[in-house]
Amino acid sequence: MKLIHADVLVIGGGLAGLRTAIGVRRRGLEPLILSLVPAKRSHSVAAQGGMQASLGNCAMGRGDNEDAHFEDTVRGSDWGCDQVVARMFAHMAPKAARELAAWGVPWNRVRAGAHEAVINGERVVIDEHEAAQGLISARDFGGTRKWRTCHTSDGTGHAMLYALGDRAIAEAIPVRERVEALALIHDGERCHGAVARDLVSGELTAYLARATVVATGGYGRIYGVSTNALINEGMGAALALETGVARLGNMEAVQFHPTAIVPAGILVTEGCRGDGGVLRDVDGHRFMPDYEPEKKELASRDVVSRRMAEHMRPVEQGGRGKGVPSPYGEHLWLDITRLGAAHIERNLREVKDICHYFLGIDPACDYIPVRPTQHYSMGGIRTDHRGESPWLSGLFACGEAACWDLHGFNRLGGNSVAETVVAGMLLGEYVADFCHSAQGEHSLSSALARDFVAREQAYLRRLAGRPGKESAVELRRRMERIMTERVGLFRNGDGLRTAVDELGELLARSADIGVRAAHLDANPELVLAYRLPRMLKLALTVAMGALARTESRGAHFREDHPARNDRDWLVRTLARWEPGASRPTLDYEPLDVMRMELPPGFRGYGARNLVEHPDSALRQSEVDELRAAKQDRHAVQSHLMPFKHLLPPRYRRRNARLDES
Amino acid sequence: MTRILDFDILRHNPRDAASVPRLQRYRLAETSGMTLFIALTRIREELDPGVHFDFVCRAAVCGSCAMLINGRPGLACRTLTATLPAHIRLLPLPGFALIADLSVDTGRWMRVMSERLHAWLHVATAVDLDALETRMDPDRAEAVYELDRCIECGCCVAACGTAQMRPDFVGAVGMIKLARFRLDPRDARDDGDFFDLLGDDDGVFGCMSLLGCQDVCPKSLSLQTQIAHLRWAMARRGLAKAGADHGDGI
Repeated sequence: MKLIHADVLVIGGGLAGLRTAIGVRRRGLEPLILSLVPAKRSHSVAAQGGMQASLGNCAMGRGDNEDAHFEDTVRGSDWGCDQVVARMFAHMAPKAARELAAWGVPWNRVRAGAHEAVINGERVVIDEHEAAQGLISARDFGGTRKWRTCHTSDGTGHAMLYALGDRAIAEAIPVRERVEALALIHDGERCHGAVARDLVSGELTAYLARATVVATGGYGRIYGVSTNALINEGMGAALALETGVARLGNMEAVQFHPTAIVPAGILVTEGCRGDGGVLRDVDGHRFMPDYEPEKKELASRDVVSRRMAEHMRPVEQGGRGKGVPSPYGEHLWLDITRLGAAHIERNLREVKDICHYFLGIDPACDYIPVRPTQHYSMGGIRTDHRGESPWLSGLFACGEAACWDLHGFNRLGGNSVAETVVAGMLLGEYVADFCHSAQGEHSLSSALARDFVAREQAYLRRLAGRPGKESAVELRRRMERIMTERVGLFRNGDGLRTAVDELGELLARSADIGVRAAHLDANPELVLAYRLPRMLKLALTVAMGALARTESRGAHFREDHPARNDRDWLVRTLARWEPGASRPTLDYEPLDVMRMELPPGFRGYGARNLVEHPDSALRQSEVDELRAAKQDRHAVQSHLMPFKHLLPPRYRRRNARLDES
Repeated sequence: MTRILDFDILRHNPRDAASVPRLQRYRLAETSGMTLFIALTRIREELDPGVHFDFVCRAAVCGSCAMLINGRPGLACRTLTATLPAHIRLLPLPGFALIADLSVDTGRWMRVMSERLHAWLHVATAVDLDALETRMDPDRAEAVYELDRCIECGCCVAACGTAQMRPDFVGAVGMIKLARFRLDPRDARDDGDFFDLLGDDDGVFGCMSLLGCQDVCPKSLSLQTQIAHLRWAMARRGLAKAGADHGDGI
């Protein structure tokens, strides 16, 4: 058996994994990254529009600060997030943007003087202050009260991933490419690393580490149409689920992005709307102001997606019947023609390329066919604010794979790539602290590792060449269809019950998947055969969480329970999978209203439909009283919900701004 | 009328001593909007589950799926079959280690190249994360991003005459990276440093100006201009260095 030791095993080579590895390296530890693909091909590269950080440099961002970013994030989450984590995040985001600036990201910069922009469909002139010349600029995004989204044209994820990928090479951090973790090595209390398979040679290796960090991204590919890369099959979450002890959080919280192109499902950035683009229906009518007169196209993603679906739905089913028919089903139009060719060429060039190559159109002249499409996984491996699983010591998770719970039930655009680097910066420190503590001592006998490798090896040998009667491709298509139709943008009890039953059946049938090719080296058929049962377990966990949650919150919308119910459901769903069970076990973790800095309130979209938590009014009066005392904002904040003591000491200082320095 | 497409795909497993490279034919009815990603996925799902190829983003941003499409390097995911004749020949990208069929190891190649060329931003001073960021000219930032848009797909290496003859040639990808850092005011290196990395026949002086790279770059990077400029700058630096070494000044 091949054994490799590292201090920190990082599974996943995207932004979150890379930044964590760089952090622990800088603390004198030896990290090792496993990645399904070369690190720079990770899904982080696909982020287009930008990264939220409250720098407040550009004219439309002046006056921005951590308070505003925090509040936007909490409202965006529909009060489902962990507010302490949201506070830590808002405080860290400017530091992350500035660190990346120093490491090479060519952020778009403020150009002093007057420039034209499109706001609410109208051309306006914005005057940028002389003092801000050359500082990092920002664009508008949905659900934010200031222009806060830092960007490099619309290739932000690319620029960030290449800067961090290069940094990892500079610091000689090894990345094992085309290697897939198959199982976490653990004894029920402590995680010791992972068994991983070389996707080329097929060889299994036990990677033993003091700490293991899962940074594998989301699980969007359990849906039929997703903006996610093909590798986002949720295998990191599945690794945790397979332990039987670690828990997943809020798996039913799945985001649908308003603007993916039809039929390819490729994303075009929210920056299109942030920069002034509008949505139109079959009549060319701009319909969002009819539904959301205040935020219009820049309402939160969950809201815009639902409004679009409503607008397309036939009249007899309660909709407006205003979708544009096409051979691939109905869609709506995204119109960015008003922005002009020069703006598109400079700031939305990926969008232009996508339109050119996949649709054969020019977005400066033509409307873009779009509809809401699965985009982001708010759920993931449940961790504490340090990124560690409370049930399996030494197992950490960050980025989209994790649920430390920054996003609750809806993530704001631009908060995802921001989260990856912020979480990576923090985990670099927390994981290093863990490794240097008594808990971080390595105390593993290689017998345990041998057992895990033998188990995986035996499983793969059984699978390869097995004459089973089920087709993995067929089962997968059925799973994707069920998830899209019954566990999508709109959900109801009947549909979800059917989904749970059918997914359960598919899971049972997946034990008999046939694999024609018998060889154990590079073998795509074998890969699908062992991943699919895990994807089905995740799909079941999502569907069961959605069925149990009889309320509507953020992206989770129940037609049969349209109210947000804080009284009964201000809780986080936890799921684990007992070994041998046919379904996950769900339980719940309450959110403590009396410790919230921003007590639950009306989010401001549509009609108020809310069952209040009994503590909300009480906490609100406490908060109001403190705010009335009119201390400076930092003092008020630290009274309401102290968080700085939780940060690594090196990150506790205040962020400088033009207006505040 | 629906076309019937014939795909001739190179099949070979280099780890199997019995495997002989061969072209295998697969036949599909074309559908509207069909890309090579859609076609290859259907071939794997419906005709042959064992065919190897690499797609990750399927949106032309990750650089995984470069291959020879009727003899020309390109990204398979964004290539519409409608732009091709009914007979489509797909071969793995030359110049890289073959994993199997259409899958090649560009990742290893890129990492080795980056390590050799020190292709990362060389930061002069420690960064203060709490202070206002260092200012940067907005035009310069945009110009740096222009060169930063390389996706390391390997098309330029596959299309390069020099790379066929010199296995250690850094390719347009290597040169555009150093051009990018050279343009970046945050990078502490000067032309002397870049000359040490690039001033030989495996670097900028190995380029024969055939410029296949420029023709096939899927991101339309200004490779021709950048290589020419870099060669001029490196030649000037080399001459100055030679002059200084010989004491006769230039």
